[in-house]
Amino acid sequence: MRPRPSRREFLATTAVSGGILLGFRVPALGQPAATGAAVTGDFAPNAFIRISRQNVVTILVGKAEMGQGVYTSLPMLIAEELEVDLAKVKVAAAPVDRAYGHPQFGMQFTGGSQSVGSEWDRLRRAGATAREMLLTAAAETWRVDRATLRAEDGRVLGPGGRSLTYGQLVAKARTVPVPSDVPLKDPSQFKIIGKPTRRLDSRAKVTGTATFGIDATVPGMLVALVARPPVFGGAVKQVKDARARAIRGVKQVVGVPSGVAVVADSFWAAKKGRDALEIEWDIPPASRVDSDALVAEYTRLAQTPGVKVRREGDVDAALATAARRLSAEYDMPYLAHAPMEPLNCLVRIAGDRCEIWTGTQFQTVDQANAARAAGVKPEQVEINTLFLGGGFGRRATPGSDFVVEAVHVAKAAGAPVKTMWTREDDLRGGYYRPIWHSTISAALDVSGTPVAWKHTIVGQSIVEGTPFAGLIKQGVDETSVEGAADLAYTVPAIAVDLHSPRSVVPVLWWRSVGHTHTGFVVESFIDELAHAAGKDPYQFRRELLTSRPRHLGVLDLAAQKAGWGTPLPANRARGIAVHFSFGSWCAQVAEVSVTGHAIRVHRVVCAIDCGRAINPETIRAQMEGGIVFGLSAALYGQITLRDGRVQQTNFHDYPVLRMDAMPQVEVHIVPSTEKPSGIGEPGTPLMAAALGNALFALTGRRIRSLPLVRHGFESA
Amino acid sequence: MTTFNVNGRTVRVTAEPDKPLLWVLREDLGLPGTKFGCGMALCGACTVHLDGSAVRSCVTPLAAVEGKRVITIEGLGRGGRLHPVQEAFIEQDVPQCGYCQCGQIMSAAALLARQKSPTDADIDAAMSGNICRCGTYQRIRAAIKQAAGRMGQGA
Repeated sequence: MRPRPSRREFLATTAVSGGILLGFRVPALGQPAATGAAVTGDFAPNAFIRISRQNVVTILVGKAEMGQGVYTSLPMLIAEELEVDLAKVKVAAAPVDRAYGHPQFGMQFTGGSQSVGSEWDRLRRAGATAREMLLTAAAETWRVDRATLRAEDGRVLGPGGRSLTYGQLVAKARTVPVPSDVPLKDPSQFKIIGKPTRRLDSRAKVTGTATFGIDATVPGMLVALVARPPVFGGAVKQVKDARARAIRGVKQVVGVPSGVAVVADSFWAAKKGRDALEIEWDIPPASRVDSDALVAEYTRLAQTPGVKVRREGDVDAALATAARRLSAEYDMPYLAHAPMEPLNCLVRIAGDRCEIWTGTQFQTVDQANAARAAGVKPEQVEINTLFLGGGFGRRATPGSDFVVEAVHVAKAAGAPVKTMWTREDDLRGGYYRPIWHSTISAALDVSGTPVAWKHTIVGQSIVEGTPFAGLIKQGVDETSVEGAADLAYTVPAIAVDLHSPRSVVPVLWWRSVGHTHTGFVVESFIDELAHAAGKDPYQFRRELLTSRPRHLGVLDLAAQKAGWGTPLPANRARGIAVHFSFGSWCAQVAEVSVTGHAIRVHRVVCAIDCGRAINPETIRAQMEGGIVFGLSAALYGQITLRDGRVQQTNFHDYPVLRMDAMPQVEVHIVPSTEKPSGIGEPGTPLMAAALGNALFALTGRRIRSLPLVRHGFESA
Repeated sequence: MTTFNVNGRTVRVTAEPDKPLLWVLREDLGLPGTKFGCGMALCGACTVHLDGSAVRSCVTPLAAVEGKRVITIEGLGRGGRLHPVQEAFIEQDVPQCGYCQCGQIMSAAALLARQKSPTDADIDAAMSGNICRCGTYQRIRAAIKQAAGRMGQGA
């Protein structure tokens, strides 16, 4: 096997080579961000902490809060070292600033399930630095030995019962030099980290006061909807807009690179105006994509040699001579992210200044792309990151599609404009999880042990043609093969190949990225091998994972908690799966029944090893969410195209899981003192495999393509 | 001109009669807690109470609310206190991205107003019109039961 850079290294490489991404070195803790601490007299020891004379502690979070809980977990890291009551802390969105860039990669983004892991050291250091400076300030105020002081609950306590709040120490602390090396707490002293902690943003979210991108307004703001081509790669040929302009409330109809924008004084007027546009579209032949034809083409392609991803041993010889050989083909469709909040972006351009209000996962990239579209410098673009009504990857587009479009609209309209998307726009707007095909073969020896594994993957590269193309090394997009190239099971001969066909259909990372398909394929096919070998699927996996203790840890925990091997009610079966992704190990056991064509997932037992648990409550929530996301895709998720037209329009033909189909989900966290790793995505890739494996145990029918509704199943 | 009552206050709106209540609330009345998700009554993010019943405001034209009483998430609490459903959502740590939550809470509050101790089947029936992409359903169910218990005790 040739050495393959890890996902992290890939991103790091890209950050340097990717053109628009910034290869700068992030300052250790950053300078106080440009929010006027000098003017207000706040104590701002670094970019993350601001303490006012009124004793208000504000923590600035550079990550986007899209449900994954970073507005709670990241402040927990700081509050632990700063010795403040988390409940009293104010959390605010940071501006775009290199101080908030990823510690290794520079750019400011939220993705890859990396927020906690990448900030683990930096934010604790940020909190400890502030704490040490406050201690010094108190020692100087009281003229006592610093060693006699301690920080507790937002105060410095000194000899003789002396006590000053952090707020009272602000003026002095501002004069204390920032120490370069500060002591971090021993984990045994943690009071906040590791404790199940309720989210800090819940109150705002249950009272309707949380401001999402869609809620942003500025004086004089107009609202736009954009008519985009009905096919990918299409263009406007001719527009008749007289009827649209006649709609009450419609102010302007302007052309933008992505289509025709109707700018109005309200959403409703913009929508009516857009509906009234008469547009003739130019539709190039290459745009007439048929998704079924793509699947057929991919299946053929898989029969030809692809780019070599991994080679170990002589797979072909082993396949030719082994006691038993199995082959299978797996297919997965395009998927939309369908976050609950349809895309939107408010842009105000005044002179050489471009202000943006939106929910984005990609601040640095959006800033650069918006600057280009607005004709200003990146530093003249200000991005106000609001709450994201779901992200799942859709709000991290290398080309900043929804941001750039909104900049063009505002520019053309000459007014502040919030460009909004309807649900139909969202589902038909592309940036899908790619269609994936796998042709996979394996050989078993006489004892039923796998001796060869050959996996050919076909699907569009997410990063090709984008500024992230640096992720492609020797023809291999790491995100296409993650979870397959690093097959965890011990097999002496392994071959993994990749084909990356192109299409006009834009594709994007979708919660758990490449693992969405490799998790399903590998964990379904290993189950096929177990059954072919006549072995219990759990024990079969165990035997092939003896050198993988953390795989075994979650596998055993999930099996034990699920009661693997114990009797079930009639017409019910279990399926198991285990997978490593985003630095974390996850195993799931699904309990499933089928009545007629109706599938019911009753229970999902999930074990997760994500290193040290920062907020166990958030970990549980992310596993629950990841499982639901994976289950929606497994049961119903598919975007199909005929003659280039996306056939799905809204939640009636792009269904997602609802309350009545929700299984009971139990999450078990492996205790660990290892560095914290990802939780946002690792829960998603296993669900389809666990479900498919249960269905096989129950019915003898092997599911090799998704969604299940394509097989005549429905959700009970 | 359409006249109706929102959260206890009489309002007069000059928007067009076919403009959905959702956009009237958000754009004309400055009440952004009610959210747009689908525009077709498929997701429930826009749920409000119309004369006490949960309705999807994205398909409720302004003309249909003339003379009626609308409660939105902003008006669900009483006397500066949160509604028990809102409290339970916080205590069960329900929200993730939060976008669907106000609609979920309005549906749940309407359910509990007519059924003091709903069964799982009641919850399924009342709540399956509300989509949550973050997958908070299990916690929503727990929160509804918790709120039902509190309300039953007259809390």
